[in-house]
Amino acid sequence: MASLLFCGPKLAACGLVLSIWGVIMLAMLGIFFTTHSAVLIEDVPFTEEDFKGEALQNIYKLYNQVGYNCFIAAVLYVGIGFLSFCQVRLNKRKEYLVH
Amino acid sequence: MSSLFRSEEMCLVQLFFQTESAHNCISELGHLGLVQFKDLNPGVAAFQRRFVKEVKKCEEMERILRYLEKEMVKSNIVIAATKEKEMVPCARDVLELESTFEKLEQELREINRNHAALRQNLIELMDIDSLLRMTEDFFEEAESLLTYSEPPSEDSVSMTVSSHITSRRNSNSSTSGALHLSFIAGVIKQERFPAFEKVLWRLFHGNFVLRHTEMQATEELQAVRGAVKKDVFIIFVQGDHVREKIRKVCEGFRASLYSCPKTLYERKQMSNSVMTQMEDLRMILRRTEEYRAGVLTRAAEHVQEWGSKVKKMKAIYYTLNLCNIDITQKLIVAEIWCPVSDLTLVQSALIKGSEQSGSSVTPVLNRIQTQQTPPTFNRTNTFTEGFQAIIDAYGVGTYLEINPAPYTIVTFPFLFAVMFGDCGHGLVMTLFAVWVISQAESLRKWKNELTDVVIGGRYIILLMGMFSIYTGLIYNDCFSKSFNIFGSSWCVRPMFHAHGPWQNETLHEYHHLQLNPFVPGVYSGDPYVFGIDPVWNIASNKLSFLNSFKMKMSVILGVSHMLFGVALSLVNFVHFRKFQDIFLQFVPQLIFMLSLFGYLIFLILYKWCITLRSETAPSILLLFINMMLFDYQSEHVLLYRGQKGVQIFLVLTAVLMVPVLLLVKPFLIYRTRMKTRHQVFRNNLNDQHGTDTRSSYSQHQKDEMVSMGDIFVYQAIHTIEFCLGCISNTTSYLRLWALSLAHAELSEVLWRMVLQVGLKISSGMGSLMLVVLFAAFAVLTVTVLLIMEGLSAFLHALRLHWVEFQNKFYEGSGYKFTPLSFDSLLKTQQ
Repeated sequence: MASLLFCGPKLAACGLVLSIWGVIMLAMLGIFFTTHSAVLIEDVPFTEEDFKGEALQNIYKLYNQVGYNCFIAAVLYVGIGFLSFCQVRLNKRKEYLVH
Repeated sequence: MSSLFRSEEMCLVQLFFQTESAHNCISELGHLGLVQFKDLNPGVAAFQRRFVKEVKKCEEMERILRYLEKEMVKSNIVIAATKEKEMVPCARDVLELESTFEKLEQELREINRNHAALRQNLIELMDIDSLLRMTEDFFEEAESLLTYSEPPSEDSVSMTVSSHITSRRNSNSSTSGALHLSFIAGVIKQERFPAFEKVLWRLFHGNFVLRHTEMQATEELQAVRGAVKKDVFIIFVQGDHVREKIRKVCEGFRASLYSCPKTLYERKQMSNSVMTQMEDLRMILRRTEEYRAGVLTRAAEHVQEWGSKVKKMKAIYYTLNLCNIDITQKLIVAEIWCPVSDLTLVQSALIKGSEQSGSSVTPVLNRIQTQQTPPTFNRTNTFTEGFQAIIDAYGVGTYLEINPAPYTIVTFPFLFAVMFGDCGHGLVMTLFAVWVISQAESLRKWKNELTDVVIGGRYIILLMGMFSIYTGLIYNDCFSKSFNIFGSSWCVRPMFHAHGPWQNETLHEYHHLQLNPFVPGVYSGDPYVFGIDPVWNIASNKLSFLNSFKMKMSVILGVSHMLFGVALSLVNFVHFRKFQDIFLQFVPQLIFMLSLFGYLIFLILYKWCITLRSETAPSILLLFINMMLFDYQSEHVLLYRGQKGVQIFLVLTAVLMVPVLLLVKPFLIYRTRMKTRHQVFRNNLNDQHGTDTRSSYSQHQKDEMVSMGDIFVYQAIHTIEFCLGCISNTTSYLRLWALSLAHAELSEVLWRMVLQVGLKISSGMGSLMLVVLFAAFAVLTVTVLLIMEGLSAFLHALRLHWVEFQNKFYEGSGYKFTPLSFDSLLKTQQ
């Protein structure tokens, strides 16, 4: 079980904080993308092709794609957060054992 | 009444108490932490004071305690923390403590000495042991050399004698028959071995055999002696006086020589005895270490308690040195500064102290009047402490001067937030501050200077974060993106055909198009409910709009801040009853500032309120410059009717205030001096009592110590500083605009260059890239935008307070009230 610990207490705590921030921010970004917020237009990867034909639906589809990317990244951060949390707990246990 | 508005009223109090109750009384006052002892023997040097021996004793005890603590840390013994308030020992207990400490120190030093000696013995025995083991091979070899005279085989032992030397010796041995070889064995440091070999070579021209091996470093050896590498060597030589020479050479190279028995049987016996000796030594060493650990553990339980006792005693003796002891040696006189509102507390503490010491006489408090300036004391709690500290860092306020701290609690975080203005970053900062506040006690244990600064300013950071969220909502900026909560007031669709000039083809022809607010429907007529309209976030001329807005806002905030500072000077004048100064300084300053910069604010606000076409609108800066230069040419557009007259009047008023500031006050001082001098002369002529008038005349001359020239110069400097300072200080407030622009742009660059790259990848790998890029974005946000920009905005907001705001009213020439307080003593020295 000792080999499961691969980072020190500070790195694990940083990872935990980063994951919490990542989950919240990426989830909110995902929501804003799937509701087609106009302010985020610069972040949508559209090209000239998308403006031919059903322009509005094309752009909405791209918005949704980016939104789903954000949600998947948020889920990945949930995983990283869980990993960091385990590392934090293992580090605390190791500290108690030494003393 | 204690409040943060003004520093507390202090009084000088004389204390009389008995010598026996001195310790207890002073310790009670120390626990109270409200009195500052004045030095009644200022001319006496430190080593001439009465209690200097006792102070030295305390310092000696502190030294012993430090030594003990170091030893405990070396042996990894935990020092228990004590929390109860210990009673300060009286003089008898001091002696007892002192003897305990000395005994402990002696014991510990002896243990350490013995330990070192034992260890040295162990090292020697280990050397002998490995020597015996290694030289087995050499002896066998030597015997084979004697009997067989063939060249020695090359094995793991390194050859240091070249082959032709061997052959020479072999030839020697073959001619002279049986040889008697004696040997010298020893241990030398590996790095010295080559030099050693060379010297031997030069001395004896190869008439010797030298064998050496590196000593195997076992773990135990390494633990005992460290990582020094040593070699075992053995020299075989002929003749005895050669031995003496070699012995001297070995001494020179600091090789330790050991006598080695000649026969195998003796060597085995010696090896066995060395083994048993080593076992014994190891056991003794272990016992010594256990004993030492026991002594230290027993001491560790009390060491903190002792430490705080010693510190308190030292503080008490130091304080006693400041007091006067009267002739009968029974009474101690002390003078203390103390807040008027706390006199009863001080009295009850003294009574408690004298009761504890069992003396019958209660101490006497005698309040005396004095001309000396008392120290400045501002009563703060944990929240206001930080803000008071940043005011005091510039200068402690003069006694009874108005304290800028309560206003700083609001204006400082606000000015910071104007420069920081991002609600996402503000939220992160607020959460960080909340965490530091909740963990303040455990973070203090880190004892790092940087963390101490952060912990001291935790409430400041909290307020800065909360205000930043507010200004972030006003700038509508959250990690460089805007929120559209209330619906934008601008609409693009009416620009197209039927209402407006655009067609579908217009979109293909032009890269940039401008929304025209005069086309009906494009601008709804009502501005966005709260803050900047979110449409500006995606407009390409965002910066021209925001720059103009932020610059004007900075000027408005700056002039208001400075006017507030000038108004505070009025409060000071009223308190100190300098009514003359109100009319000669406050009123002209206010008029000067209002007529020039107040009018500037009026122009800004007026221009914002009326409707203008942007092509023909006059620039406020040009209007202001022309106003000062009296430049009114007919083609210049003015904002309202009658502007020319109003402006000429205002400029003339301002210019008129300058000689008022410059000349009137010195002139009045000159006139009063002339009058008193005539008065004194007349008294001198009329009266016949020469001595009285001469003394009163010299008194007046003493009052006139500052000459008239100095007064004029001082007033001129003050006037120029104020008038020119008005302009430069107003411009200085433009840093509010500059820093908020820098922050917004940095934030946008970070989003665009880091996070947007991940968002724009539309394939499946997009989420993985997003994970990595988000981590980079977060780290860069924290380091660059929060820490770097935060420090920068903090510094600039601080400068605006210290220079532009406080030079309108703050003198800051007082000295801080430093009471005798055991709590702060123990906290700072921990």
